Amino acid sequence: MRRAYSRGLVAAAAASALVLSACGGGNDNGGSSGGGGSSGGGSVTIGFFGAQTGPNAQLGINISNGVELALEQHNAKSGVTQVKLIKYDTQGDPAQATNQAKKAVSDKVAAIIGPAFSGESKTADPIFEEAGIPNVSPSATAVALGQNGWKFWHRVLANDDVQGPGDADFIAKTLNAKTVAVIDDQSEYGKGLGDAVRKQLATDGVKVAVNDAINPDASSFSSTVNKVKPANPDVVFFAGYYSAAGKLVKQLKDGGVQGTFMSGDGTLDAQFIAGGGAAANGALLSCTCSSAVGSSDPAVQKFATDYKAKFKADPATYSAEGYDATNAVLQAIDAGKTDPADINDFVTKIDFKGVSKQIKFAPNGELANDLLFITEVKDGKLAFLGDTTQAKPSA
Amino acid sequence: MWNDFTQQFWSSTIDGLTNGAIYGLVAMGYTLVYGVLRLINFAHSEVFMIGTFAALGALTLFGIDSPQSGLALVGVLLLMTLVAMAASGGTAVLLERVAYRPLRKRGASRLAALISAIGASFFLQEVFAIWQGRDQLSIPRVMNKDVWFNIGSGQVRNDKVLVIVAAILMMLALDRFVNTTRLGRGIRATAQDPDTAVLMGVNIDRVVLSTFLIGGILAGLAAALYGVFFELTQYNVGFLLGIKAFTAAVLGGIGNIRGALIGGLVLGLIENYGASIFGTQWLDVVAFSVLVLVLMFRPTGILGENLQRARV
Repeated sequence: MRRAYSRGLVAAAAASALVLSACGGGNDNGGSSGGGGSSGGGSVTIGFFGAQTGPNAQLGINISNGVELALEQHNAKSGVTQVKLIKYDTQGDPAQATNQAKKAVSDKVAAIIGPAFSGESKTADPIFEEAGIPNVSPSATAVALGQNGWKFWHRVLANDDVQGPGDADFIAKTLNAKTVAVIDDQSEYGKGLGDAVRKQLATDGVKVAVNDAINPDASSFSSTVNKVKPANPDVVFFAGYYSAAGKLVKQLKDGGVQGTFMSGDGTLDAQFIAGGGAAANGALLSCTCSSAVGSSDPAVQKFATDYKAKFKADPATYSAEGYDATNAVLQAIDAGKTDPADINDFVTKIDFKGVSKQIKFAPNGELANDLLFITEVKDGKLAFLGDTTQAKPSA
Repeated sequence: MWNDFTQQFWSSTIDGLTNGAIYGLVAMGYTLVYGVLRLINFAHSEVFMIGTFAALGALTLFGIDSPQSGLALVGVLLLMTLVAMAASGGTAVLLERVAYRPLRKRGASRLAALISAIGASFFLQEVFAIWQGRDQLSIPRVMNKDVWFNIGSGQVRNDKVLVIVAAILMMLALDRFVNTTRLGRGIRATAQDPDTAVLMGVNIDRVVLSTFLIGGILAGLAAALYGVFFELTQYNVGFLLGIKAFTAAVLGGIGNIRGALIGGLVLGLIENYGASIFGTQWLDVVAFSVLVLVLMFRPTGILGENLQRARV
């Protein structure tokens, strides 16, 4: 996901906050988990690479929790190589990521879970590639990352090119929509996603009756509502972030628009429901990330229960991906690989059923299957419906 | 394009007037302070913001989280309005005492006061961002949104009518207050010529303080209506709205109370008409282009008068 909030004048204040926290950062790299249990033979150190502090820290913490859970379960088994964890806090900042990547190289970690965001991946991945450290990202979705010919890079979710067309196909085939309104928030993320949806809808032969773009900071979206209303579309797709989505869905429903509200991963947040209130019910949200909450698969349920027991919270966005990425590396270590190059060879050929999806990589490091997942808002809660082929919206 | 305009004409009109009424209420605060002090009170947007938080706080305190009707609804609306007015009015008065009066007493230039206003605006925004978080907060729905009837494509809905009627009544009350009361005469005298007003026995500190208080109370009403209508708030909720309201004040003729409301309504209409023709992404472009055009032909705004002789 590309997070790019426009906060106008406040950006300056946020920047100064970043500088302040940057001064205090970089000293919590020593945190290692595990330690207990009988060590079978030697120990290996891997790194988590992503934000633990800073404005988008929550996503990084969701991931590192998944990583810690996977390690704890692994180290508790008897007779296994103990695996230690070093957390490299990048604050989600590409400049910080460069420094932290160099530190990880000098620490001689055997593998990296991360980098978490696309921006930091761009600066840190070349350093890992150069040093020959295998890295598995649980969450970076920028398309360009897969086009560099990197040998040590992998990611356990589909890229941004999958979401827009996937959403459009879902609207056309599963929702059987005849007319659609597509609204974006004019951000880099929103415009890109919105245009991808518009293009694929045209290919699928669905009529895009209304195209509009809002200023996400505005209070009133009345002019957009007034455009959508007379077109009476079956689906209103919004490409943007959750705070504008909450306002928009409420004003649409109050204005008498009946169609299904759908949006992308920028809206997949409980804050969307808080903002939209009852109007958010029935909304469909897509993400290339999977969700462990509400799954009927026993293995996934066990993951969700264990996660909740350890962190006193439900697994959140990218937690399952963090868990799967770590397990890919742990399987290599269990197979007796401790050298970074050997681990990389093993991970490249891996094929196992993770809690988020089947983990199998294409030669370029992308996931072999392009899955898009749908979550529905039901009774004020996010309910996971599975991938686009399985999802059955209640409306 | 024109097709969209005619199809959406009535819905654009009704929503334009509703948005415009809120602009107008906030604009009256800008225009009053400008009329008296020749100061653009940039922190007025935060006076409004604090009003929305106060309205939310009042609802939370009394545990009101579901739509009301009848007398209970009137009570809840009054509660929200009074609490928001008290908070906004109090903030405005405090601002005057802390951020402007010390500068005025030392004869600082108007630019210094302007910088002080911008500083106060940032200060209050950040205090609320840190205290209440940067995420949008929901204000519970207190009023069911009932459509009374439709005019063409436009819904006439109870909350929209409430906003428009409240803004017009408030403007009339303020106009009458300024034109008929003793304090109103003081305000007008100070606006025309502060030095002579002092010689004539006007207590200028009292006049300035009252001006800020009245502006704050109006912002409080706007905040309560905003809370009922949009049902959300955020630390920066006043930023964009403040710019729009200031624009409305200039459009209507700054220093002119009736002009502030008319400027707000006109701005709201232009925005919605423009968006219906060109798309919502052009909303601000259209609105500000029209503003520039109006000011080219009427530099003092729609109802404006010569700023030297501005009559509040």
